Amino acid sequence: MAAFLQQVVEGLGAGAIYASLALALVLIYQFTGIVNFAQGELAMFSTYIAWQCVAAGMPFWLALVVTLAVSFAGGMLIERIIIRPVEGAPELTIVIVTVGLFIFVNAAAGWIWTFLIKDFPNPFPGGALEAAGISVNFSTLGVLGVVALVMGLLYLLFQYTKIGLGMRAVAANPASARLVGIRVGRTLALGWGLAATVGAVSGVLVAPLLFLEPNMMGGVLIYAFAAATLGGFDSPLGAVVGGLVVGVAETLAGAYVGFIGSDLKVGVPLVIILGVLLLRPQGLFGRAAVERA
Amino acid sequence: MSTTKAKVERPASVRKGGGRFDWRWAGLAALLAAAVYAPFQLVPFHVFQLTMVLVYAVALLGLNLLVGHAGQISLGHGAFFAIGAYTCAILLDRFDLPYPLTLPLAAAVAFVLGLALGVPAMRLRGLYLALVTLAIAIFLVPLLKRFEELTGGSMGLTLAKPTPPAWSGLAEDQWLYFLTLAVAVAAFLLAASLLRSRVGRALHALRDNEIAAEVMGVRLSFYKTLAFAWSAMFAGAAGCVYTWVIGFVSPDSFTVNLSITLLAGLVVGGLGSLSGPVLGGLFVMFVPSISQDINDAAPGVIFGLLIIAVMYVAPTGLAGLAGRLIKKIPRKE
Amino acid sequence: MRVSAIGCTALLLLAVAACGGRDSGGDTGGTGGGTAAAGQCAGQQTTGITDTSIKLGGIYPLSGPASAYGDIPKGIKAYFDYVNAEKNGIGGRKVEFVVRDDGYQPPKAVEEARRLVEQEQVFALFQTLGTPSTAATWDYANQRKVPQVFVATGASQWGTDTAHPWTIGWQPNYISEARVYAAYLKKEKPDAKVAVLYQNDDFGKDLLGGFKRALEGSQVKVVAEQSYEVSDPSVDPQMRNLAESEADVFLNVTTPKFGSQALAADAKNTKWNPTHIVNNVAASITVLKPVGFENVQGVVSATYYKDPNDPTWANDAEMTLYKQKMQQYAPGADVNVPYHTFGWAVASSFHKAMEAAACPTREGLRDSVRNLKDVKVDMLLPGVTLSTGQGDGFPIESMQLMTFKGERWELFGDVIDTRKEFGPLTG
Repeated sequence: MAAFLQQVVEGLGAGAIYASLALALVLIYQFTGIVNFAQGELAMFSTYIAWQCVAAGMPFWLALVVTLAVSFAGGMLIERIIIRPVEGAPELTIVIVTVGLFIFVNAAAGWIWTFLIKDFPNPFPGGALEAAGISVNFSTLGVLGVVALVMGLLYLLFQYTKIGLGMRAVAANPASARLVGIRVGRTLALGWGLAATVGAVSGVLVAPLLFLEPNMMGGVLIYAFAAATLGGFDSPLGAVVGGLVVGVAETLAGAYVGFIGSDLKVGVPLVIILGVLLLRPQGLFGRAAVERA
Repeated sequence: MSTTKAKVERPASVRKGGGRFDWRWAGLAALLAAAVYAPFQLVPFHVFQLTMVLVYAVALLGLNLLVGHAGQISLGHGAFFAIGAYTCAILLDRFDLPYPLTLPLAAAVAFVLGLALGVPAMRLRGLYLALVTLAIAIFLVPLLKRFEELTGGSMGLTLAKPTPPAWSGLAEDQWLYFLTLAVAVAAFLLAASLLRSRVGRALHALRDNEIAAEVMGVRLSFYKTLAFAWSAMFAGAAGCVYTWVIGFVSPDSFTVNLSITLLAGLVVGGLGSLSGPVLGGLFVMFVPSISQDINDAAPGVIFGLLIIAVMYVAPTGLAGLAGRLIKKIPRKE
Repeated sequence: MRVSAIGCTALLLLAVAACGGRDSGGDTGGTGGGTAAAGQCAGQQTTGITDTSIKLGGIYPLSGPASAYGDIPKGIKAYFDYVNAEKNGIGGRKVEFVVRDDGYQPPKAVEEARRLVEQEQVFALFQTLGTPSTAATWDYANQRKVPQVFVATGASQWGTDTAHPWTIGWQPNYISEARVYAAYLKKEKPDAKVAVLYQNDDFGKDLLGGFKRALEGSQVKVVAEQSYEVSDPSVDPQMRNLAESEADVFLNVTTPKFGSQALAADAKNTKWNPTHIVNNVAASITVLKPVGFENVQGVVSATYYKDPNDPTWANDAEMTLYKQKMQQYAPGADVNVPYHTFGWAVASSFHKAMEAAACPTREGLRDSVRNLKDVKVDMLLPGVTLSTGQGDGFPIESMQLMTFKGERWELFGDVIDTRKEFGPLTG
């Protein structure tokens, strides 16, 4: 039993990582209505900025603040320079642009910082909490706490602020939003900026666990997609719950289902994405979209 | 042969009215002539490159049916390419089948798998389909490694390449090129006739407005699934030819990068046009080499920028861009 | 609109075809339209080599997920630049080293191999990196009779295969490395229970398979094994499963990032404290440092070349030369990155093999790399030499064990020559 619970804890730890990136995906989807394939790479790039600041002698928390600010500005800049020219283009064009961005950011990080692993300071203490034969690492608890905090902030932003309302209007129908006086361009830029900031938090959280190198987030991305799909692309709470479920499901399947084993467990997100989309396309916590022809 | 060609030519020129020279058919004829002439002129290395362009063009042709004509995004087309390649490799390796037979079988396996996956996948729209297909592409790599007795596991399978028959007097690279060219021409004719049929019209209708199409009686899921299966079939055929040409398959040849590169190549080449896949094939083949000529420290930087830049300058792809440029040249009528 | 695009493509193709010229490029008959030698080496191929120059081509992943290995050619280039500038090249021949990127994709590797051989007209393919890329190109190299020397992969097939005489490896193959660890365990922990984490590809499987075979007939048993995919974000779940086996030895068969993750997971788990053996690929200081030196004390590994981070070699003449010349000829490259050292050593090996060749021809090089007798090479450990011969296609098969103490690896025991311990390696 203890072994089983320990596996669950392990899964929650992995799930917290997926959830942190899923939050950024949900955020950008809320603001702009697109799925950003480069989100993980942007998070990785932000983490390198934090690493560079720490390496230059900055204290960790100051480096974090600087990173979040730079990421926010960087996200807005990317929207202005790279996404704006294809605004209004078919979905596919924007998807391809984010794919191009993915390749570019990954290669640029490797070029600047090389592909060797960087040691990234862990903001949380080492060691683990021991209870009933199960041990929970403090860093896992820390990641879960920060993820919950970010989720709460996003919820407040979506539900109770004018910005949140405006951005939902833009994502739903840019033309109508513009007619009622919402500054669509500024809202989209804000969405990219905020998503990049949340991504930066995610990158900084996972870097001590996954180790920082340019491909750090590549493997996380598909799990984060599964998490966002499961929870619903328009729900921060859903992203977190989805992330945890995906993490636990994947870990347990790898440990206890003989046929899956550790090599085929990447099939778990596939099954989850497919299952959710067929049974409940809006996800566990999402609102079903009602369409008008 | 020449008579059938003439038959096709006439209605096209008649439609345009009054014996005017039809650029379209002239262009195609010139292209085919050039394609037949090229391997006798080029060094084997360039012949090989052109062969690979054709292989990718066939795969993109299938992807174009799905993305360009039916309006569905697939980020996992490399998986069907891989299935075709592996089917072909296993048939050659384990069953010693003569290689011309492997092509229809590989295409059939890909078609059936596409059909099976298409049934659930086609209930999804837009980005969700992209996510599912992406997950399929990622999942395929460990799956191929799992069935080691059949697939050779992570070491892959090494195969003998088709040898040119003595009567042809061709070198190996030329023979492979002509085999690929034959497959490509057949694939293009098939795709063109598919699109001219009732099915093609149905696909266009549902791409342009799903709801309107449904109201008009187009069976949405049926045609979408069919489009998915066909596009898988073309990809499978391309994968099989790939196995002939490269003579080696391994799971690492078919990572998710391949799928992404294929989709990028198609969009850059131009969606929904017949020349798009060829231009896309050229892009997939040559741009990575060009990128590293520009910057050998990080070719990915240039590759990523080029994808974004093309989307900037030519949101309709290179085929659209070429069309726009030609239109700007004043023509004497 | 479509018309014009088709027309443009046709024109482009014709233009390319017109300036091609198949005859000038040569046929596929094998000699590649190249040149042949006269005199005692009559009839042998001299493509890519003259009295004053020698042109080599290498294929590495400079883009994509395996780009970390893209540092190797930097060390090679620095070595050749140094030899060209200060030693008048190799026997008076200045080396030109052309590097191409295959992104770790086999079809790209085939294209680049053809480019190097047919267009660049290189003398030899000097290193293709990775088992898939090498397996995809070696048929071609052997068909064209182009030497494909010192490939950067430890798969055992390069040495055991007899149908590809033009291809040869360099680094200790994964099976030899596994034999070193097996020998160590048989001696130190004769009834050890071993848990293994391995990468699910040729490298992991070769090493694990070799390890199990070398254990046959002993009391050392593999009690748990877990694999991971390169696309996995983390190996923590696998480490959890392995910990449950309560094995007393942990064999860590991983590539750098996953090596760090496994070392960290082992350190974090205070209830499971096995002897940790990390394979050579993940044993570099750059892997251990991010985990924290205090967490990796006592970890065991094996090596064959000198680690630039190891103070043992601080006053070593070869090391001093390496560091000095790297700074001079590859400014900006970190001399402490072991990939650079690897590149330097393999380039030095080529230097020695080329010098020893009876004829300055492709055939000469092919025969020379298969007839090395205890050749000493810069930056290899004392006692580790290159040896090949009839029935032995593995240049390096000796390694020395080391353990991590303080902030560096400490070598211990003698150099283990797996040829002597286990007999020659055959298919």
